[in-house]
Amino acid sequence: MTDLRKIIIDEKEVEVDPAMTLIQACEQAGVEVPRFCYHERLSIAGNCRMCLVEVVGGPPKPAASCAMQVRDLRPGPEGAPPVVKTNSPMVKKAREGVMEFMLINHPLDCPICDQGGECDLQDQAMAYGLSTTRHKEAKRAVDDLDLGPLVSTAMTRCISCTRCVRFTSEIAGITQMGQTGRGEDAEITSYLNETLDSNLQGNIIDLCPVGALTSKPYAFSARPWELRKTETIDVMDSLGANIRVDTKGREVMRILPRNHDGVNEEWISDKTRFVWDGLRRQRLDTPYIREGGKLRKATWGEALGKAADAMKGKKVAGIIGDLVSTDAAFSLKQLIEGLGGKVECRTDSAKLPDDNRSGYVGTASIEDIDTATGIMLIGTDPNIESPVLNARIRKAWLAGAKIGVVGPKIDLSYEYFHIGDDRAALANLNEGEHADALTRETVVIIGQGALREADGEAVLSQAMKFAETTESKLMVLHTAAGRVGAMDVGAVTEGGLEAALDGAEVIYNLGSDEVEISKGAFVIYQGSHGDRGAHRADVILPGAAYTEESGVFVNTEGRPQLAQRAGFAPGDAKENWAILRALSAELEATQPWDSLGGLRTQMIEAVPHLGAMDVVPENEWKRVPLRKMGKATFVNAITDFYLTNPIARSSQLMAELSANAKARRETAMAAE
Amino acid sequence: MLRRLHHTQPDSFAFTPDNLAWATAQLTKYPEGREASAIIPLLWRAQEQEGWLSKPALEYVADMLGMAYIRALEVASFYFMFQMQPTGSIAHVQVCGTTSCMICGAESLIAVCQEMIAANPHDVSEDGNFSWEEVECLGACSNAPMVQIGKDFYEDLTPDMLRDILTRLGKGEVPVPGPQNGRYGCEPAGGAVVLADYESGKTQYNASVQLATDIGETVKRIDGSEVPLTAPWTDRGGRPRNGETPVEPMTAAKQAAAEKAAKPAKAAAKKPAAKKPAPKAEVAKAAPKVDATPTDDVAEKKPRTMTAPRKAGADDLKQLKGVGPKLETTLNEMGFWHFDQIAKWDDAAVAWVDSRLKFKGRIIRDGWIDQAKALAAGEETEFSKRVQKGGVYKDK
Repeated sequence: MTDLRKIIIDEKEVEVDPAMTLIQACEQAGVEVPRFCYHERLSIAGNCRMCLVEVVGGPPKPAASCAMQVRDLRPGPEGAPPVVKTNSPMVKKAREGVMEFMLINHPLDCPICDQGGECDLQDQAMAYGLSTTRHKEAKRAVDDLDLGPLVSTAMTRCISCTRCVRFTSEIAGITQMGQTGRGEDAEITSYLNETLDSNLQGNIIDLCPVGALTSKPYAFSARPWELRKTETIDVMDSLGANIRVDTKGREVMRILPRNHDGVNEEWISDKTRFVWDGLRRQRLDTPYIREGGKLRKATWGEALGKAADAMKGKKVAGIIGDLVSTDAAFSLKQLIEGLGGKVECRTDSAKLPDDNRSGYVGTASIEDIDTATGIMLIGTDPNIESPVLNARIRKAWLAGAKIGVVGPKIDLSYEYFHIGDDRAALANLNEGEHADALTRETVVIIGQGALREADGEAVLSQAMKFAETTESKLMVLHTAAGRVGAMDVGAVTEGGLEAALDGAEVIYNLGSDEVEISKGAFVIYQGSHGDRGAHRADVILPGAAYTEESGVFVNTEGRPQLAQRAGFAPGDAKENWAILRALSAELEATQPWDSLGGLRTQMIEAVPHLGAMDVVPENEWKRVPLRKMGKATFVNAITDFYLTNPIARSSQLMAELSANAKARRETAMAAE
Repeated sequence: MLRRLHHTQPDSFAFTPDNLAWATAQLTKYPEGREASAIIPLLWRAQEQEGWLSKPALEYVADMLGMAYIRALEVASFYFMFQMQPTGSIAHVQVCGTTSCMICGAESLIAVCQEMIAANPHDVSEDGNFSWEEVECLGACSNAPMVQIGKDFYEDLTPDMLRDILTRLGKGEVPVPGPQNGRYGCEPAGGAVVLADYESGKTQYNASVQLATDIGETVKRIDGSEVPLTAPWTDRGGRPRNGETPVEPMTAAKQAAAEKAAKPAKAAAKKPAAKKPAPKAEVAKAAPKVDATPTDDVAEKKPRTMTAPRKAGADDLKQLKGVGPKLETTLNEMGFWHFDQIAKWDDAAVAWVDSRLKFKGRIIRDGWIDQAKALAAGEETEFSKRVQKGGVYKDK
């Protein structure tokens, strides 16, 4: 950027891009400007007036810094740089005035408000407001909304910043919310009191600067200052959203997003945000052994001994579930392969090529979507497979990108060209002209629904051919958070799951609950929840869930990220690596590490790119040889957004949301 | 006032065919993808048709414009001119309650509404005919107190007058709008003090009342057939409707406009007088264009005058728009008795006459010469027809 403009903010000279707004320039100068309605990722509303600053030489009144651009400033006399003041008496008076108006109708219910302690209004009233009020008249009250089971409302507290309206209509792409009426009677409403139908609605809780929109499941359960905050990584989908887990004692009280421009910006899906009640239910907190067809509680010694006895000298197969960290996958692979067995992580039989990272991760980064002007979705429904990623695609669409879909017709919250729903449509694409696509920056996103069928490899080869001829980047959108990491450490078997399980006498199931295990084999289940996997187990070794141990997760674009332990696993449950390490000792095949750090060092030695945290490695493009596809329509991988993994299935809230979504679908169908 | 969707809603809404054609034409004003800009005119037409904005109407309009329903509701609930509840089947009475009107007795007008219509604003009277509300200043402060009924203003009211108006409306009559106490416009109650000579060209009603009585849709529910459909912006680069042929505008106006462009103004002035609809505007519009230069620049030259009218008798110069009884006398005194005399005036003559009139520039502003040409040729203008019918000038 050559065309920088010099301005003086509070006697500090800065050079900024003239397209910036004053509030951004102030931020760059390190000057804090209070605000309510302004939000970097939303459109500018300019209605709260809290960000008023003084523009010296401008009109003799304060200016809203969020709505004024640097290039609109007039230079001072003799071409001196324009001067902006944020600490002048005028600004102080303006802020006090705005704050006073803001508080006229705001109830004084901070002691019973969930936002208390992390409330922008509270903080800014303390910092910029007056200590007294001149308002003696009655306050207004507003009817509360019913926005569904996630967002609780107290609309009397609303200061009409319209962030929620802008988020839902701009980013989530739903049109229920709006602001009706005017003046004192202005109210945020949803049309006909509809509840919100979006997988991103929880974000309006974070956006609300006051306590008007708060989390319903978290209501009245903790104060922010009592919570221990741990910055970690989400595993509910393959995006690897950056999250902050707030715990009180051992319990996870809530999950909030962290900002990461390359991954989730600052949004998370509702499943990520509200799944925490699933971490308390159906937990495996003690080892179990099956005796006489029934599971009984056991001690660790008993259970490990029984598992080791079963495994010794037998043909062992290990399967790796969707939520397993890369460390645990590496450890299991080391253990099982040391015993001469096989491991497999592609439990949904996705035909991901094991030695070709451009085939199982792709070459596109998530940020590439922002600049893409053409996006082709093949056999995927990003709106439920990764809602935050879908918001990015929507952002690209808003910026003018053309979106194409090969697969079933779906509701993506934006318009797209439906190319077709079967394999033939994809084959046709490869035969067609690509003059338009070649002029664009394009990304091809292929979903697991397209890859897990028998002809998955052929579909991948066709998609890669299409990406190659259109000079597109490829992204493989996974549904499992642990999949890419497990693929990276090579926890795969030639021939896939069938080959791995073929003839296995003992199956070591590490947290895989989506796979059917046939009768006959002895099954050791290591996992966190009493879900399908545990039901079919002969020995159960209780492990930690994703918030209870540190682990490396590699997201769908191939970015390794480190998840941290936010709390301890319940009861006797142990961290996954520790269980495997203990079992290896029982098997007299002791693993060469005594700590997670040791394990990780060895893992990085074996797979170097896992050592570069938060870096997306470039993958060499290796096209899978072109094969002929079968004749079938594409079926997307996930049908129920809310119930994709054992934690979500244990959550009462997710069950309720799932039932609501189903009811909505059915009434919609009945109406048609 | 909390404005929400009414609790009782009709099942459906649809524009009448004419209104629909009008609405589709409105859309062509805006570029592709910006149809939402037409939200206010369309909602307004929906309200003109039904009397209020129902949920089906909002959704119908939103669907037409490709908007989310909530966006339409936001607009409708923001502007108080949109009625969010049913209004009286005959008329909705809007009583101005702002300072001037309040001082001059708006509160007693509200009392009349409460007594004759309903105790509370926005409630429909028992017979379903009327509803009322208090509104903010409607801009007729010099004629306070006033009410707006339907589209027109009834000014200088007393409670009894309002009672009378409501009673007559209830019987199906439409009382003449405007000042109800005998005032012409907004001159002082005792008559004009300044510009008193200007009284001369005074018509029976002031311009807005005249317009109201001419159009006659004070309390009418609009179905789109009242005026011919026009979309003049399509000539100025507006996009054609549905990507097809441009909207066929009102034929007469279009032809007149085309002719005006093609021929010199002289010929144009004759034509429209013969055309059927709306040439009234034509003459007025054409005249100022003829020559906007002030007469000062032109040397005065006395035109030929006559000492007395021809044998057949003097023409009724009052048929010229802008010439009232008093000016007619003045012109006669100067020696002008006939239309053809006036029609022959050139710039120098106009300057000569103008300098002898009290109000400069009137000849050009009102387009006397063009009118006179038409009348001299035996044609009629809209105005002359009204004069002949009588009632324009008060009988002396």
